[in-house]
Amino acid sequence: MDTESTYSGYSYYSGRSRGSHRHGERSRDRHKSRSKDSRSEKSVTINTPPAEPLLGDSAVRGEQVQDDNWGETTTAVTGTSEHSLSQEDIVRITKDLEDSVGLDCRRYFTLTLAVILGLLVFLTPLAFLVLPHLLWPERLQSCGTACEGLFISVAFKLLILLLAVWALFFRPPRAGLPRVFVFRALLAVLVLLFVVSYWLFYGVRILDSQDENYQGIVQYAVSLVDALLFIHYLAIVLLELRQLQPCFSVCVTRSTDGETRHYNLGQLSIQRAALAILEHYYCDFSVHNPALLSASKSRAAKHLAGLKVYNVDGPGNNAASGLAHSQSRAMIAAAARRRDSSHNELYYEEAEHERRVRKRKARLVVAVEEAFTHIKRMQEEEQKKAPGDVMDPREAAQAIFPSMARALQKYLRTTKQQHCHSMESIQQHLAFCITNNMTPKAFLESYLSPGPTLQYSRDHWLARQWTLISEASVTSGLKDGTVFLLKCVDFNLVVTAKKIPYIQMSEEYIDPKSHKFVLRLQSETSV
Amino acid sequence: MAYVPGNPVTAVVERIEIQKLREGEHLILGFSIGGGIDQDPLQNPFSEDKTDKGVYVTRITPGGPADKAGLRKGDKIMQVNGWDVTMMTHDQARKRLTKKKEDVVRLLVTRKSLEEAVKKSMGHSYKQ
Repeated sequence: MDTESTYSGYSYYSGRSRGSHRHGERSRDRHKSRSKDSRSEKSVTINTPPAEPLLGDSAVRGEQVQDDNWGETTTAVTGTSEHSLSQEDIVRITKDLEDSVGLDCRRYFTLTLAVILGLLVFLTPLAFLVLPHLLWPERLQSCGTACEGLFISVAFKLLILLLAVWALFFRPPRAGLPRVFVFRALLAVLVLLFVVSYWLFYGVRILDSQDENYQGIVQYAVSLVDALLFIHYLAIVLLELRQLQPCFSVCVTRSTDGETRHYNLGQLSIQRAALAILEHYYCDFSVHNPALLSASKSRAAKHLAGLKVYNVDGPGNNAASGLAHSQSRAMIAAAARRRDSSHNELYYEEAEHERRVRKRKARLVVAVEEAFTHIKRMQEEEQKKAPGDVMDPREAAQAIFPSMARALQKYLRTTKQQHCHSMESIQQHLAFCITNNMTPKAFLESYLSPGPTLQYSRDHWLARQWTLISEASVTSGLKDGTVFLLKCVDFNLVVTAKKIPYIQMSEEYIDPKSHKFVLRLQSETSV
Repeated sequence: MAYVPGNPVTAVVERIEIQKLREGEHLILGFSIGGGIDQDPLQNPFSEDKTDKGVYVTRITPGGPADKAGLRKGDKIMQVNGWDVTMMTHDQARKRLTKKKEDVVRLLVTRKSLEEAVKKSMGHSYKQ
């Protein structure tokens, strides 16, 4: 038979569970369908796809068809596949290092450009003031009181400009975005053009003609500094203020488990919006746990595993396009016809799992409470009096950890969280809780419910591996109906933007004296 | 029995003549009224149109003069002795009914079954 010759996930699975009944069932199905064909017109003719494409598909999906029990019977226990180091991972890590070096180069490049521009901007007014003294000191008019007043104003304005630029631009960079930040680039170009034009004017009108009116030169320098302050104001408005007012409501959904949040964003480019969303993701979304998804995958595989389509008429009869279509129609019809009891299994499995989790949780809570009673915080006076067997928090945590370790390990394994917490991190957390006088319940809180990704160790963050996938250019602005994807290693974040509607409000005035009431009467009189 | 304010009301009415019964120094008719333009029409259980503020018969004393004359519970009183009662306050309607000088009250009352009876008979006549 052609099923034995090729290894496919379906036949492997179905072979394991159904065994010898497989052939009998299938022949029964075929017989049933043929008899139904003759009887009613609602039957579907299952015609002739060759077995090849089906097996081809399943070979690709082979390793995902395995159910939970398979992992527990293997000898190499490495946790989930995303954390075991394989050849692809090594290649990926080296590529990451190269990428990060590449990004750093880009970052240093922009940093040096910015520093050069800043120096140019600051030294220009000073140069304007100093150059006449250097080049034609004897012909220069002496500086009167008004002129010296202007010196003070230049000095202070330059100081304010320095502080403002430091506050706005010299902050640690939050992220490396794929494309250049458009507004910053525009502003840099604007400032450069501005300073160059001022230099041009200065060079032509003042240096060449060697103007003696020093006050005019000082006023020219003051006007430059004023204009730079106004450009800085423009920078604040463009970079900071424009996106504060919420304009779009974005819906962020994680593709693997469907967790959804909504955020309000202002008018941003797609890459900046993606950055804002990712920062919210790390704070709000619970950590991605791939171990929780294996159950639904195995169920999906079971739906298709029971059916196998045979090509009875021989290969090469139909065109390739008709094949897949007829084959899928055949499978849908057959699946609809057979009575599926997988919903029953799901219900009982979930109830059983719920019960198991609750039992383990009860044991865990009791164990932790008991462990916490073994240690007591020593008061100040006691510390001076009896330095007996005192421990610092870390040692205290190590002392009481073994009594709760087993219960905690079992609970984490039942809720499939064991790869998120290492022994070291649990002990650290315990020491932290002891130091801060937290109750056992507070200690357990981080294990009972999955928290945001930042709470876990750094290797869960995957902060350097986000890819922005978008049909529109990433520097274009958000629009109503924009959809883009943020791809991480195991999952995607699907982001949809919707414009907050324009609200038209009208007013209605109510006179406070117009609130009047009457009694509702319903009297009945007999006559 | 729905009406549009400003338009004349048409209804199929029954003429009922009640002889007042003397009990001591009171003349009683043997029924109770509810409704009126100063009352809340939503509380009226007998009206079809809940904005109808007319005067309705809410209770009939069994064996009393009204019962003997053929008045039924839920009837809407349209006229009392020639006076229109459809736009009256509750108290005014009561006064119209309990005039001490009158021994007899002639009411025009309407109810749903009257209209249906007329329709049925008209329908018969059309078929014939």
